[in-house]
Amino acid sequence: MTSDSILAVERLSAGYGRVAVLRDVSVDLAAGEMVALIGANGAGKTTLLRSLAGLLKPSGGRVWLEGADVTGMAPERLVRQGMALVPEGRMLFGPMTVTENLLLGAHSRPRRDESVRTDMDRVSALFPVLVERSSQPAATLSGGEQQMLAVGRALMSSPRVLLLDEPSLGLAPKVIADIFRVLKSLRSEGLSILLVEQDARLALRHADRGYVMRTGEIALAGTGAQLLENDDVRHIYLGARHDSRG
Amino acid sequence: MGSAELLQYVVAGFKSGAIYALVALGFTLVYGSTGIINFAQGEFFMLGGVLSVFYYRLGLPLLLAALAGVVTTAGVGLAFERLALRPRRDAGALVLIIITIGGSMVMKSLTRHIFGPDEATLPEFTPGPSIAFGGVAIERQALWLWGLTIVAVLALTWLYRKTRFGRAMRACSLSHDAARLMGIDTARVVMVSFGLAAALGALAGLAVTPLTQTAWDVGATAGMKGFAAAILGGLGNPVASVIGGLVLGLLESLSVAFLSSTYKDAIALIVLLIVLFLRPQGLIGRARREKV
Ligand SMILES: Nc1ncnc2c1ncn2[C@@H]1O[C@H](COP(=O)(O)OP(=O)(O)O)[C@@H](O)[C@H]1O
Ligand SMILES: [Mg+2]
Repeated sequence: MTSDSILAVERLSAGYGRVAVLRDVSVDLAAGEMVALIGANGAGKTTLLRSLAGLLKPSGGRVWLEGADVTGMAPERLVRQGMALVPEGRMLFGPMTVTENLLLGAHSRPRRDESVRTDMDRVSALFPVLVERSSQPAATLSGGEQQMLAVGRALMSSPRVLLLDEPSLGLAPKVIADIFRVLKSLRSEGLSILLVEQDARLALRHADRGYVMRTGEIALAGTGAQLLENDDVRHIYLGARHDSRG
Repeated sequence: MGSAELLQYVVAGFKSGAIYALVALGFTLVYGSTGIINFAQGEFFMLGGVLSVFYYRLGLPLLLAALAGVVTTAGVGLAFERLALRPRRDAGALVLIIITIGGSMVMKSLTRHIFGPDEATLPEFTPGPSIAFGGVAIERQALWLWGLTIVAVLALTWLYRKTRFGRAMRACSLSHDAARLMGIDTARVVMVSFGLAAALGALAGLAVTPLTQTAWDVGATAGMKGFAAAILGGLGNPVASVIGGLVLGLLESLSVAFLSSTYKDAIALIVLLIVLFLRPQGLIGRARREKV
């Protein structure tokens, strides 16, 4: 754990019931950094993010957020500590309107927090399409709009660490580009981002650093450029089956 | 049958229907936040009547006794969730449902033990002769019943649609995990929905007591009717539950008019089975949502 890391994961283990999935996973994230976590389907990326967000209780190891031990903390408390997750599959409140989804994103903040309105404007500026859709049920949005809403909703908690689980999944290249543009602008405003992606090339091209996860363990770590050059990574994750998307 | 006579049956149907609607709302609230059927819901109906009678006999003015009955029953609902269900909340839906059945038995026997086996009643809220309206006689207490149902439904709709807590309740009914990620204390939402469900059941139970009397054993029938109403309308949707209640009351009453009163209590069961076979999402409900 480096002293300037905003999020430090030390030898984390987690699983489902008696099935162990993560073994001794150590990852860290510096303030204002975007780190990518790549790996094949089933490697344990979602399990890691769910453990970090508090949805899954780790069976071993430690998680530090801004220097405080938050291991095993419940999700409803973690979001108040500044950690927000954009979960796999988005998990929007489908029958509720776009505005209601965004307001729920701010649920963790004090009732009369003036800055909630400011953040609502900020999210609207990042994703103007959400303004047009504000009174529509979230379920009626296109896939790309839903992903934007999922990111916007997470931002409404005013997080300092943003965890994203495969935000590009199933989206058109143009939409993916839009979302990554927003992520990079958020990073430049100081947000720390841990990004899980199956599209390794996409993730590593945008991230400052990356980790490669294999069967519940961190197999490789390095800068985005290093990993893109790495033979194993090229062979396994950037092979012909994983064409770059634009 | 003359049209006035038919109308009288319709009025009677809406009278029971309002009761079923309130009990059904209790089922819907708990199902919404937990995904389980609370088989103790009928006992909240029973407790509302029995406890109001208790407070009334202590000497409280009628409306105050009724309020105390509702509040005490709500307290029972909160305590039941906190003490009996929450400790086992990870055990899965089936275990929780069985706990509600056990809880219902406990509430019933304790009530019999504490308040005795006899039937009891309350005076009408505003005593007086029935009101004649288009050839139909409407009891004053029935107007109270409808009034209270309307107020309860409006209050609940306002809570659901307009308040922050209501928004959290709806989020909870869609996905506990997603709700928790938003910072919603889902355990608290679940407990409050039990409290509200108990209050609604109690309200129905005490408002109907002047018409039908109450006793320790009235919960089972009320619970079954309310459950059938909730299923008929579409479980988990408050407006649908109310409509389900009214439709069920009407069907029962019309079956008395056109068939025989023998079948009245079987109607709810028949409706329940037909709906479960043909349209499990209810008349109004959409296909059931995934629970997390
Ligand atoms: N709810 C669950 N119960 C049991 N096993 C699970 C569950 N979710 C995921 N797994 C298993 O955990 C492993 C890691 O899954 P996951 O974290 O979803 O991987 P990834 O996100 O990298 O595709 C897989 O072997 C998967 O089958
Ligand atoms: Mg995954």
